[in-house]
Amino acid sequence: MSENQKVIEIEVLRYHPEKDNEPYQQVFEVPFTDDMSVLQGVQYIKDYLDGSLSFRWSCRMAICGSCGMMINGIPSLSCQTFLRDYYPARVRVEALAHFPIERDLVIGLEGFIEKLESIQPYIIPKEARTLAQGEYLQTPEQLGAYEQFSSCINCLLCYAACPQFGLNPSFIGPAATALLHRYNVDSRDGGKAERMELINSEQGVFNCTAVGYCSEVCPKGVDPANAVNQNKTNSAADYFLRFLAPKGGAK
Amino acid sequence: MSKRRPYVRSMDGWWRKNPFFVEYMIHEGTALFVAAYAGVLLTGLWRLSQGEAAWSAWLTALRNPWYIGFHLVALAAIGYHTYTWFKIMPRTMPPVIVGGQRLPGWVITAGGLAAAAVASLGLLALVWGMAR
Amino acid sequence: MKPGLKRSNAPIFWALFGAGGMLSALLGPMLVFITGLAIPLGILLPADTMSYPKMLAFAQNFIGKSFILAIIALFLWHAAHRIFHSLHDIGIHAGTGAKLLCYGLAMLGTVLAAYALLVIGF
Repeated sequence: MSENQKVIEIEVLRYHPEKDNEPYQQVFEVPFTDDMSVLQGVQYIKDYLDGSLSFRWSCRMAICGSCGMMINGIPSLSCQTFLRDYYPARVRVEALAHFPIERDLVIGLEGFIEKLESIQPYIIPKEARTLAQGEYLQTPEQLGAYEQFSSCINCLLCYAACPQFGLNPSFIGPAATALLHRYNVDSRDGGKAERMELINSEQGVFNCTAVGYCSEVCPKGVDPANAVNQNKTNSAADYFLRFLAPKGGAK
Repeated sequence: MSKRRPYVRSMDGWWRKNPFFVEYMIHEGTALFVAAYAGVLLTGLWRLSQGEAAWSAWLTALRNPWYIGFHLVALAAIGYHTYTWFKIMPRTMPPVIVGGQRLPGWVITAGGLAAAAVASLGLLALVWGMAR
Repeated sequence: MKPGLKRSNAPIFWALFGAGGMLSALLGPMLVFITGLAIPLGILLPADTMSYPKMLAFAQNFIGKSFILAIIALFLWHAAHRIFHSLHDIGIHAGTGAKLLCYGLAMLGTVLAAYALLVIGF
């Protein structure tokens, strides 16, 4: 370590279920260079200071969605957040808010995976086509209707930004609704009626109070708040008009 | 036996922990002034239904400094409601497509605020016209 | 419908919230200015703008009646919905009790306003 090596303090919220009753803070002194991300800082801790530190990571380039953490209280991908932006102050790292802590920076994902399954995140073809009939064609406008929502990487920063999910974990939440919307507005899809049952339900979109922070923290430019709120309009229209429309629903 | 024991953190005071949430609570709080002002109007309507003496007494009561103070604060609060209502609107309304392009958020916000300005001036002009 | 999925009745309250929110955003500040500041302080508007004969005539007119009822009722429903959610936000999950109190008061205000407008006559 050279003389002018900069050292930053990283405060990590630790929790090991086999020995800790509740989480506690632990501070590490980490030498860093200007090109080091918070993820690299945490990796330094694991490699050189405390091998028992647990966290998820994979791609280091903001596409796998596994390294989300609360960094100074803000839901962030630790791979695209840099230590130099906090130095000389201490940087606080904590598991994503609103999720149960499994161990250190690792959260429990079961709740979200169940939600992801429940929205049927795949195209349910409107009309069956054989291979010989060729591909489903789509205009740029039809692509534009869902494209941004398909950029979701399931990093869950939006859930960590959503107090309504924190207050009521059964709420379907921002990312799952954004993905649900992505398929519902796809011109090739015919599964909307099935998915709307979830939107209309007590776990659905009306838990949202339009805080809007989910869309602020999204690292991929998705606007989940817009997906949720568009579906409030859809759901309300369905609620009031279902008695007028013949069964099977004029869309 | 599983050693898993997921720890669920408390939500106590969540809205104090992030400036974004503090702002959210403030703009939600404007509802208290909307409710109170609706209460003032309801009282006035009630007095109106009781005849001229009751109505005039209510009009006089509105000149009380406490009422003036309340209305000053209510003006600020409901004005802030107007601003935040249209600020969040790009996120709450379906996309508007003009000429194949999605209208940017700031245009929707600006359009909403312009609509509020026009509606307010229209209302003032209407009241002024009816009073003359 | 999948088991365990119960349709939410929120659209009713959400629609009233939205209508009241839009109305108060468009007209709220100017209404407060007119009735709460300009008239009591005697600025900008003629002194008799809200005199008894004028207001009585306004409240007896069908359009005037509708306007007064829409303003009072929708402002109340808007506020009730927001306050109900804010109680949940700050950790008061009173559920049915809070719901009855918030929406009940909005309903009471609506009924009182409608009653007063009926008493005023046509």
